[in-house]
Amino acid sequence: MGMTAIEKILARNSGRDSVKPGDLVMVEVGTAVMYDNNFIPAIWHEVLKVKDAERIVVVFDHRAPAKDIVSAEAHKTGRGFVKKFGIKRFHDVGATQGICHVLVADHGYALPGTVLVCGDSHTCSAGVFNCAARGTGAPDMFYAITKGETWFRVGETVRYELEGQMQPNVSMKDVFLYLADTYGDHATMNVEYGGSALPSLSINARRTMSTMSAELSAEFATFEPDPVMLDYVRERNPGVAFEEQYPDGDAVYVDTRIIDLGRIEPLVALPDTVLNNSRPVGAVAGTKIDQAFIGSCANGTLDDLAAAAEVLAGRQVSPDVRMIITPGSQTIYRDGLKLGYIETLMDAGAVVTNATCGACGGGHLGILAAGETCITASTRNFKGRMGSSEARVFMASPATVAASAIRGTITDPREILAERGAA
Amino acid sequence: MIITGKTWLFGANINTDLILPGRAQLFTEQEQMACVFEANRPGWIDGIDRGDIIIGGQNFGMGSSRPAARSLRNIGLGCLVAESINGLFFRNCVNWGFLALECPGISDAFTEGDVADVSFENFTITNRRTGAALQTGAIPYQLLNTMKAGGVFPALEAEGLVAPAS
Repeated sequence: MGMTAIEKILARNSGRDSVKPGDLVMVEVGTAVMYDNNFIPAIWHEVLKVKDAERIVVVFDHRAPAKDIVSAEAHKTGRGFVKKFGIKRFHDVGATQGICHVLVADHGYALPGTVLVCGDSHTCSAGVFNCAARGTGAPDMFYAITKGETWFRVGETVRYELEGQMQPNVSMKDVFLYLADTYGDHATMNVEYGGSALPSLSINARRTMSTMSAELSAEFATFEPDPVMLDYVRERNPGVAFEEQYPDGDAVYVDTRIIDLGRIEPLVALPDTVLNNSRPVGAVAGTKIDQAFIGSCANGTLDDLAAAAEVLAGRQVSPDVRMIITPGSQTIYRDGLKLGYIETLMDAGAVVTNATCGACGGGHLGILAAGETCITASTRNFKGRMGSSEARVFMASPATVAASAIRGTITDPREILAERGAA
Repeated sequence: MIITGKTWLFGANINTDLILPGRAQLFTEQEQMACVFEANRPGWIDGIDRGDIIIGGQNFGMGSSRPAARSLRNIGLGCLVAESINGLFFRNCVNWGFLALECPGISDAFTEGDVADVSFENFTITNRRTGAALQTGAIPYQLLNTMKAGGVFPALEAEGLVAPAS
């Protein structure tokens, strides 16, 4: 019987010929990413031995630079851990600062066909690189770094065939919202993405999809390998061998679903969840907002800065709106500066912060008060996610968020861009 | 091991930010307990008894990796039985030592306040009021042993790999 891509990755990393749904496997961990939440006092256990320091990456992202004393203590503990075990891949506050999943992509830490774990739920992001990557809990991370292995339950897999071409001003965020609205949660199941549209999708666009798959409660989100992805990884890992895993022709899927990208329109998820909860942007247009946010591991890419800059160029953010943009890494921030995006965004009245998780997790740099409304291009819109549990958070694409910031109400970005075309 | 307790019903898609709000992540383990479900069921935490059981809907625990399962353990709940459990949340149940079981159909079998017997030996859930009994799939014994042993930290400490939390 054939296997899906994730089944093949799990089989080869657990020393088996094959795995099937229902199996429990112990796998070798290729890369373990520790981040600042692992070092906070309520979590941290002093580590006495590690299995292989070369396989560990350490990143400070959720509250970097430290936003308060507890965060500062966590960072101090993390620096001590890095020094104690001589960890080379360390991203402290500074030039290579950023969100762990963005850095994993920027630096090519996720090798196709291997296993990557991190204590943050959006680790499925690295599934774009055909990696068995998933978020684990903090205890899992202590287990993985000290013993070099971890366990996974093998779930059934849903295959998504991405076909056609997105319309202008529609992004993978809209595609994701469509998928989450149509199919709801995928708890206990994997998702696999492939299809004829793959070559037309940038790594950044694909990563929006793999990262957001955490919101489907997917176990693993795995993209089928293609030359665009393989070149991206090889450029960042010259001379390093890896074996990408393609699904077998007779792989067994619990369902195969075709997504025609050309039919997707800009969507907005209503507050509290993205599951079965989106509307066409026109249905909520006019809803007044207090804050607009673009950032996070899902939407802090250079593509996202470009999309926001395209909408905001030569325009002004409404005086009633706080527009906050948080690049996913300092490298992206610098690239955005060189390309002029940052200047465009700042001229429009947006505040561009340092790279961090920031407002996405309600940690710092844009917390909401009771009764306020935010439209966000980030990962989650749970009740209370970005501050007060009495705030409302709508979720949309960076273009929709930027357009909404201009008018002060939820707005279809195609209207703003059409105005410019007509001017 | 059979857990017997009064049930509290929760719906579908209960997320980690409801179980343990983001701001509480910087609190101490003790302080985190007071925040459980404060946004969606304010005051609930004051009305529960040791050994009570949560009956959850589809996709329980969706969301973040935060130690929300540890807080459910710490407030004295006996166990969780849900229609389905988010994979990351289930890992945290195993690794923080909080008993949790998936059982399709469980929501319809209970009215809040019913007393349940949940067997972690033969994986049956019985409603004492109605007599209804549901059978569900076993948890792999390796994971069940870790759950029962209080999670992975006791074992890592015993092996000399990590020090006890300070």
